[in-house]
Amino acid sequence: MKFHKRLLRAEPSFRLMSKLWRISWLYILLICTLAGVGYVTLYSAGGGTPYPFAAPQAARFAVGLVMMITIAMLPPRMLIHAAAPMYVLSLILLVAVLRMGHVGKGAERWLIIGGLQVQPSEFAKIALVLALSAWFSRISYARMGNPLWLIPPALIVLVPVGLVLKEPNLGTAVIIGGIGASLFFAAGMRLWQIVLLLLPVPSLIKFAYNHLHDYQRARITTFLHPENDPLGAGYNIIQSKIALGSGGMWGQGYLHGSQGQLNFLPEKQTDFIFTMIAEEWGFVGAAAVIGLLLMIILGGMIMAIRCRNRFGRLIALGISMNFFFYCLVNLSMVMGAIPVGGVPLPLVSYGGSAMLNVMLGFGLLLSTWVHRDSVDDEDEEDANKDLI
Amino acid sequence: MWLKRRKKENRRFLPVREQKDPARGVFTRRALLFMAVQTVALGELGRRLYKIQIEDGDHYARMAAKNRISKRLLAPPRGRIVDRYGVALANNKENWRALLMPEETTDVTGTIERFSSIIPLDERDRTRIAREMRHQRRFVPVMLRDFLSWDEMARIELNAPSLPGVLIDVGTRRVYPEGELLAHIIGYVAPPNEKDVARSALLALPGMRVGRAGIEQSQDDNLRGTAGSVEMEVNAVGRVMSELNREEGVPGEEISLTIDRALQQKVLNAIGDQTASAVVMDCQNGEVLAMVSTPSFDPSLFDSGVSHAQWIEWTNNQRTPLINKAVAGVYPPGSTFKPAVAMAALESGLVSPTDRFFCPGHLDVGGTRFHCWSRWGHGSVDLHLALKYSCDVYFYEVARRIGMERIAATAHKFGLGTQLDIELPHTRTGLIPTPAWRQAHHHHWNGGDTIVSGIGQGFVQVTPLQLATYTARIASGRAVQPHLVRAINGEIGKQVQPDHWPTLDMPDRYLAALRSGMFAVINEPHGTAPKARLDLPGITMAGKTGSAQVRRVSRALRESGHFNSANLPWEYRPHALFICFAPYDSPRYAVSVVIEHGNAGADAAAPLARTIMRDTLLRDPVTHTTPPPESVADASSLVSDP
Repeated sequence: MKFHKRLLRAEPSFRLMSKLWRISWLYILLICTLAGVGYVTLYSAGGGTPYPFAAPQAARFAVGLVMMITIAMLPPRMLIHAAAPMYVLSLILLVAVLRMGHVGKGAERWLIIGGLQVQPSEFAKIALVLALSAWFSRISYARMGNPLWLIPPALIVLVPVGLVLKEPNLGTAVIIGGIGASLFFAAGMRLWQIVLLLLPVPSLIKFAYNHLHDYQRARITTFLHPENDPLGAGYNIIQSKIALGSGGMWGQGYLHGSQGQLNFLPEKQTDFIFTMIAEEWGFVGAAAVIGLLLMIILGGMIMAIRCRNRFGRLIALGISMNFFFYCLVNLSMVMGAIPVGGVPLPLVSYGGSAMLNVMLGFGLLLSTWVHRDSVDDEDEEDANKDLI
Repeated sequence: MWLKRRKKENRRFLPVREQKDPARGVFTRRALLFMAVQTVALGELGRRLYKIQIEDGDHYARMAAKNRISKRLLAPPRGRIVDRYGVALANNKENWRALLMPEETTDVTGTIERFSSIIPLDERDRTRIAREMRHQRRFVPVMLRDFLSWDEMARIELNAPSLPGVLIDVGTRRVYPEGELLAHIIGYVAPPNEKDVARSALLALPGMRVGRAGIEQSQDDNLRGTAGSVEMEVNAVGRVMSELNREEGVPGEEISLTIDRALQQKVLNAIGDQTASAVVMDCQNGEVLAMVSTPSFDPSLFDSGVSHAQWIEWTNNQRTPLINKAVAGVYPPGSTFKPAVAMAALESGLVSPTDRFFCPGHLDVGGTRFHCWSRWGHGSVDLHLALKYSCDVYFYEVARRIGMERIAATAHKFGLGTQLDIELPHTRTGLIPTPAWRQAHHHHWNGGDTIVSGIGQGFVQVTPLQLATYTARIASGRAVQPHLVRAINGEIGKQVQPDHWPTLDMPDRYLAALRSGMFAVINEPHGTAPKARLDLPGITMAGKTGSAQVRRVSRALRESGHFNSANLPWEYRPHALFICFAPYDSPRYAVSVVIEHGNAGADAAAPLARTIMRDTLLRDPVTHTTPPPESVADASSLVSDP
């Protein structure tokens, strides 16, 4: 109740129009273009019909768009309030999924809540960005020099990483760790601290490999030698590369990609949707999509740099990094550069959970842009007072 | 005021330097570093994409083509078998099959039940269907019933609405329009077994058949043809999406036989229900014009599977319907062997045609008495009379003098006891025994063995086809080989030309002496086969009778004077044989007849051979390139035709 009053006082409704005005509609256009690419490709994956993929995806995107713009209106102080509860919620969900989650192909774990499939590890990424940003926005640059101040945020990162590893979902765990690390780095972690941290990394990797699950090692081995097992685990990689390669410069034409249309492509509507784009539209179309993804990532980064408050900067950077990692892992996987792991191409791949999480992230990103000129108070204590 | 400030802020791309917060400077630098890393990372992915799509594009495009194009073989239609005038003897007929596409019906068992209420399915069908259902993918049709009649098909079509997923498909089946008439020559086909498939992958195609007997077996490679192929676009689970390219196979070659179907029918009619075999040959080139073996069987039963009861019936029948007696039946030639012995004698130089021997009705050698068929003997006989009377004593004496080796060598030159080149599987060689053969089997060759061999008894065994070949060689003086294939795909083989065959390594005057003796058998008074005399003006024929004992007749019985082989049980009666050729002055046709347990060659086989020869001469298939009329009303038309 008190919270609502404060919101009303700080952000009166008559400023809603001006806030909408401040949204980067250019950025929303980029997002819609990417979703459009997804719709067109899913239309083709459905065999030239809007069902079963394209139409439901479009409906979800519409919901996500409304959600995104709504979140973009929320002020940073409200987001900072939400950070801790959301983080705790994400941990609860992660524990819940360990206890009673459904196991999909390989290791993607999800819960069914009210008929919706929820992937807690996706949600955990957003929650982590919020929580870390909230923490780092409260400590000064000087305090960052003291390693003691880095212990709580390190725990904030390590707890979800550990839980996701236990699922076990190595890919997402690495991405969560990566997002956390980039926030540490951007927040002003000292270089000597970084070097000190990196020293034990090689032995850690070795230790981790020894504790990998068999299927995870199989993924790494098939990735290194896909031809050894052309119809087993290596099938996806080979078929995916065939689809990419047969696209050529200009592609086989929309709705005429033989690999995708003939179902040689595994999970063509989800993780491997990029191969359909590359096959039907060729290198030109695929490169254009990569360009679009880069524009969205860099746009987010520019918003981060442009933001005048510490909390917003970190959120924008975290969300952009999250999106970047999605694209990087998915594209690398499709091109056979890293082992296969169930990471979708955001906004393009078919699937509700990832789509809503990504749109939630973009909502936060746009919120920092809308409130980019809210300035941190000079005095740290005051700033904290104001924000909390 | 705030509006103005916002504009100012917007113009600035880079943030204002916040002196009081050093973190912002660090953040900006590090964020720019991140942006660089992100740009490089996605750029690297783009470069990798370029390498896969453009530089290695051809490689992957080829793999993609292999991926989506499935090549399947099409079964070629099996070649037809026709007679010398093009009458179909083995043909392909449409075979209507009912198939079930499991994915097109929601209730598979219900559909099968409804189907079986229209077309009954037996237990064997049901287990087969259930097995195929388990193993096949849902879009691969399962065969419900084969060999549907037109009527059954109409009933299925009528009930189509209640039979979702049931479709009618056309395959081919092998049909033999002449059925039993040519079963032994044509043979039959059956589905290939695993060994066949291992030899030729083509046979793995559904609907392929392998010849299991007769011409179907010996000409299997020619009849089979070359598989066609169809390239289909399939998806990853193998479902056919569309047909890209179709290459029809080369149908099997059409085999034209030397057989004249109408003559074959006449020969069969003449034989009636006797257990016998008869061969009609062109003595100049070895073409087999008719080859009958009775009883016969229905070859079409093999395509759909022979029932156990039928099989037992066939194999237990002592008249051996499954065996082609003309090539796989071996019989002692009896007196039909005498011309060969005579030739051996003449060739040896030990006996001249005019040498005479006295026949008192028996010959005593080393304490054993060998009887002539005539108790009273034939008196003094030369070669001509010996053949005419079929005098046993003359040939006992000749055989004793020249020895078995010479007889065997000459008999082999005539084709007796040799493997002939006939295009049929499962032929038997027969046997012309020699002391060496006997010793190889650890027995002693007695002088008596030579003597009984001189009249074609004892161990001598020949096939009716060998007898016909032997007759043809005597008549034409050429070493003809019998053959059944006249043309392949309309191309007539060289063997049809008489010049193709070398002349026999025997002096013509000796052959003439044999022919003249055989002429006397039929046409001179007191010959053994007056019943074989032709009633055609201007045409005479020459021949030789033969009766082959299957069981030794005891001396006591023979001397009792009451012996009559016709009173023996059927299976102990002697075989009746006859060989002949005609016309005598310019030989064209040779006929051999063997009637199992027919008792006496002169009484049973000679009239039959005469009927067959008469039919052959009237029809005269060799000089006609188009089928002659089925019956010639006026025999005189033949006289003017040389």
